[in-house]
Amino acid sequence: MAAAQQLCTFFLNPYFFGIEVHKVQEVLRPQDITRVPLSDAVVGGLINLRGQIVTAIDLRGCLGLEASRNEDSMNVVVRTEEGAVSFLVDEIGDVVEVEDGGFEPPPDTLEGPVRELVRGVYKLKDQLLIVLDTAKALRQKNEEAELRPATE
Amino acid sequence: MGELDEIIKEFLVESNEGLDQVDCDLVALEKQPDDKELIARIFRAVHTLKGTSGILGFPLLESVTHAGESLLSRIRDGRLPMTPAIASALLSLIDFSRRAIQRVESNGSDSGEDGSSLVEQLRSLTGVSPSIGASADVDLYSGQPETHRLGEILVEDGHLSQQAVHEALAQQQSGDSRKIGEILVGTGTVVPKAVVQALGTQADVRSASSASTIRVDVAMLDRVMNLVGELVLARNRTVQFAATSADAGFLSTVQSLNLITAELQEGVMKMRMLAIGNVWNKLPRLVRDMAQACGKQVRIEVDGSETELDKTIIEAIKDPLTHIVRNAIDHGIESPEERRNAGKPVEGVISLRAFHEGGYVNLNISDDGGGIDVERVKAKALARGLMSSEQLARASEREILPLVFVPGFSTAEKVTNISGRGVGMDVVKTNIEKIGGTVDIHSKVGQGTSLQIKIPLTLAIVPALVVTSHGERFAIPQVSLVELVRLDATSGSKQIENVRGAEVYRLRGNLLPLVRLDRQLGVEDRSATDDNLQIVVLQADGRQFGLLVDEINDTEEIVVKPLGKHLKNGACFAGATTMGDGRVALILDVRGLAQEAHVVSENQRAMHGESLSAVANKEDRQQWLLFKAGANARMAMPLSSVQRLEEIRKSDVERSDNQDVVQYRGQIMPLVNVAESFRLEQATSSDPLEVIVHAHRGQSVGFVVSEVLDVVDQTVVPELSGGRAMLGTAVIQQRVTDIVDIDQLAEMALKAAAQPSAALIGA
Repeated sequence: MAAAQQLCTFFLNPYFFGIEVHKVQEVLRPQDITRVPLSDAVVGGLINLRGQIVTAIDLRGCLGLEASRNEDSMNVVVRTEEGAVSFLVDEIGDVVEVEDGGFEPPPDTLEGPVRELVRGVYKLKDQLLIVLDTAKALRQKNEEAELRPATE
Repeated sequence: MGELDEIIKEFLVESNEGLDQVDCDLVALEKQPDDKELIARIFRAVHTLKGTSGILGFPLLESVTHAGESLLSRIRDGRLPMTPAIASALLSLIDFSRRAIQRVESNGSDSGEDGSSLVEQLRSLTGVSPSIGASADVDLYSGQPETHRLGEILVEDGHLSQQAVHEALAQQQSGDSRKIGEILVGTGTVVPKAVVQALGTQADVRSASSASTIRVDVAMLDRVMNLVGELVLARNRTVQFAATSADAGFLSTVQSLNLITAELQEGVMKMRMLAIGNVWNKLPRLVRDMAQACGKQVRIEVDGSETELDKTIIEAIKDPLTHIVRNAIDHGIESPEERRNAGKPVEGVISLRAFHEGGYVNLNISDDGGGIDVERVKAKALARGLMSSEQLARASEREILPLVFVPGFSTAEKVTNISGRGVGMDVVKTNIEKIGGTVDIHSKVGQGTSLQIKIPLTLAIVPALVVTSHGERFAIPQVSLVELVRLDATSGSKQIENVRGAEVYRLRGNLLPLVRLDRQLGVEDRSATDDNLQIVVLQADGRQFGLLVDEINDTEEIVVKPLGKHLKNGACFAGATTMGDGRVALILDVRGLAQEAHVVSENQRAMHGESLSAVANKEDRQQWLLFKAGANARMAMPLSSVQRLEEIRKSDVERSDNQDVVQYRGQIMPLVNVAESFRLEQATSSDPLEVIVHAHRGQSVGFVVSEVLDVVDQTVVPELSGGRAMLGTAVIQQRVTDIVDIDQLAEMALKAAAQPSAALIGA
């Protein structure tokens, strides 16, 4: 039997993404976001998560997709080594169970920032589910942040 | 965790505390060798350590402390005088014990170091053979309960001799069932009153050590503190919500919630407070050792060691304080010969003072040493390219001294193993500023140096001013706040003046550099007007600047939360907080903001320096606007007479009544060509024209110059009396410069316009 795993899925229109369900802390409706001036473009702002201040990452920006309005974005809060971080996404999907048999590494034709952050693709019956590498998504951002002062 | 582990843990904590105290007491004892109370306290601490380490099975610790105890008991009984050699030996005993305790903590055993030489040293100082020393000790304590026996207290109080107690004890052991106090009173060796008093002391000591305090894990305290922080925020929210309600019952409930929360907050903060003495206690020992190593004589004086501070802050200032004291001994205090030659007492004094003021704790560390030679700092600053010679010549002492905080800056001629490497003072400053404090330095050559440190009582909850800029709220910690200025709604923009691209505001005659918060944060809305702006006057690094914001909301207690790692790059923010309505607001880092703002405009930084010196020397200094008129004439006018600097396109210049005019802010403003007025050689005319706008009797007059050069700040003494409209000539920036009498010039220009044919300055 092929190993199965559960993915929390969401949409960054027109794509369909997934994150391993055990990394996801919770999913929230659109929150009041406080923008952070002078911050990296992919930082959507700050949200108040029951008294804890959490950085929201504009995932569309991360992936080089055109921006959508942050006010309507859903939050996928993931646990990281540095505490909780929220990803801003367009729409939340179901938790789906996938099997390793349907997994493939990113296709060669996939280019640009998306390829860097994608672990692979599951071939579902009616669409493709892209698995996001959350650690890489955050690291890429941090590296950019470190580079910034030097280029200023 | 087993019960034994618990006991050992407690032993470690208690022993460390005890040793810190002994450290202090020993140094004090050196100064006052006859202080019986000090000796008794040291003796008790060492005795306790010996007893406990014996019970818990740390033989090495037991053997060295035993030797120490014997030595101490002889000193206590007056059989041995206190000497520096004994003090040193006892201090090394303390150090040895500390190391042993550290080993117990890390690997559960005190072994790992040879204590025999230390024991030998202590015994030889005791001056008796080991067996006698030990037996004297046993004699006094065998079969007795813990310390603070009645007899001991009576001896300490000076009512009894050791001998009498021994006799009474012997009597008790040989069958007398009465209490020791009764025996002593019975034999008439002591008056009953003294015994009652001693019993009181005994009870005090007992209760103080057991019932009135408990030990609490710091992590637990932190957790409670965090929760209270959350509660404060929830309270803020409830109070805000209650404002919309008319239910009297609810309102009074909110009111009491409000009060209780405030009290709880205060209580929890107090729980975390530690006396600054906890840090200072370590200093006498440090001073003693350092002074000996440097061959100097230094005394430390402390005042206000009961001043309380939050634990985290105590931790944070420990190293900076130590460093400052080290520096003071190594560089500040001179050698005894130098001091004698300078007519000062041979012994140098470092004094520490702590006191509360306005929600902050002020620390004052001063020495009476050689002071900092400003000239040497200047030379060093020049060599390192920190300031130009011109800047240095202009800068006041107050501006020069803080240069010692620049990384890598050391004026010490020789590098010692203690200090002088140039790392240090910058670390001190950074650490203090990290916790929201400020450092100020004053120094007088030959008289000493003093450092003023201002630190907040606590880090967790700070009062802040909430402002709005471009629709976003920002919190500004009140420590940096100086005052608020509301710009008149109708003439808001006119009060903001412009000097070479840098916006300034005249605050009681001094120019205050302005920073637009929205522009600084890159969220400026260019369509917005300058109406209804507010100036928040802030202070950072001893400099004042005005922050332009849209709205000033309120002051609020905020709970500072750090920003996530992803946002560490912004120098402008110190953290974030949640507001009453549940939204997040960013906390501005005033210092970072000021620094960023300087980076943005080179000009502004120059302005900044200027206005500062102007403040420092306002009695005899004035700011001058330097400009070029015609092809090569350098002229200056007082900056205070300049309303604005404008660039006007030639195509906008119109002619009216034989006078060049321009429409300016709904007025017709005459233009006066300065070069023409003074009949100077004309420069090739530029487009747009550089115009200095001056208000003359309510009428704006524009002076056309060929170039605006600079703003300088200096004392100008006109040397030659000039012609008309001329105050004289002075040397500014090493160049001969004409000082224009701007009012006379304006007068003449307007008159000339009325009499078209006459040349301006003819006769």
